[in-house]
Amino acid sequence: MTDVNEDDLYPLDAFKQIMEALPHCEALGINMTKYTRGHCEAYVEYDPKLAGDPDSGVVHGGVITTLMDSIGGAVAFSKIKAGQSVATLDLRIDYLKPAKPGSRINGTAECYKLTKNVAFVRGHAYNDDPNDPIANCTATFMIGSVGFSPKTGKEK
Amino acid sequence: MLFKKIMGLKKAGDLKGLSKAIPYTSFLNLSYEIDDTGLLTVMRQSDSNIGNITIPAVHGGAVGGLLEQAGIMQVIWECEISKFPKIINISVDYLRPCLGKEDTFARATLIKQGRSVSNVRVTAWQSDPVKPVAAAHVHFLMG
Repeated sequence: MTDVNEDDLYPLDAFKQIMEALPHCEALGINMTKYTRGHCEAYVEYDPKLAGDPDSGVVHGGVITTLMDSIGGAVAFSKIKAGQSVATLDLRIDYLKPAKPGSRINGTAECYKLTKNVAFVRGHAYNDDPNDPIANCTATFMIGSVGFSPKTGKEK
Repeated sequence: MLFKKIMGLKKAGDLKGLSKAIPYTSFLNLSYEIDDTGLLTVMRQSDSNIGNITIPAVHGGAVGGLLEQAGIMQVIWECEISKFPKIINISVDYLRPCLGKEDTFARATLIKQGRSVSNVRVTAWQSDPVKPVAAAHVHFLMG
């Protein structure tokens, strides 16, 4: 990544508020707990309405996809200039084991490489132990094309 | 038990019942239809699915959930199964903005139905079927 001035980047607090208030993030109750440049942690509280199997109560994979896409996008936004947009190009999830019914789903993501046009992101989701993930994720995000560009007041 | 219930609904061809059997599919506003080509999974326009307020567009995770569910339902619909297929992984390509004010449709194709693994491709589109908004590649563990 080329050197950029902190002042040119998206303000993290404002972005966190915007992201948590996006209709689908709000519907899931995505809550960001840690957000720094290139790193993001968030969780979704367990809710029976998110179950993919009402018998076992295991949440549907789409919930994990939404959590990972949200925090993956957030880490991409954390490293680019305010005013630039982000759009998911691709996202792959490996389901390592079923999510524990009744348990909060935590997600963590990092942007390990940023080029002029692409943010490369990896992350995982877990219930209790970050070293025992329920899902692993790799994703790429396009920067500056058609996509989401939030209004944080710092855009030039 | 859900498996027995879903197999009963499949036998009866009760698509409405199937769409209400899983809480998350109701949360996404998903339903199923049968047309000339086969099973179609529909995500009706729903403001709570929006994840991009600039365009506005459907959240990539909701699109992912639609593609995954269309894949699962295709396996259930087409295969003789004794257990639910278990997802191993999903890889989603986002091709165009999935517009928040439109319905979204998804169709899955079984590329290979093996004894232990099924390989499924899924495509989603909105007003124009030849302009897909997303496509996925999913592996399911069978039996």
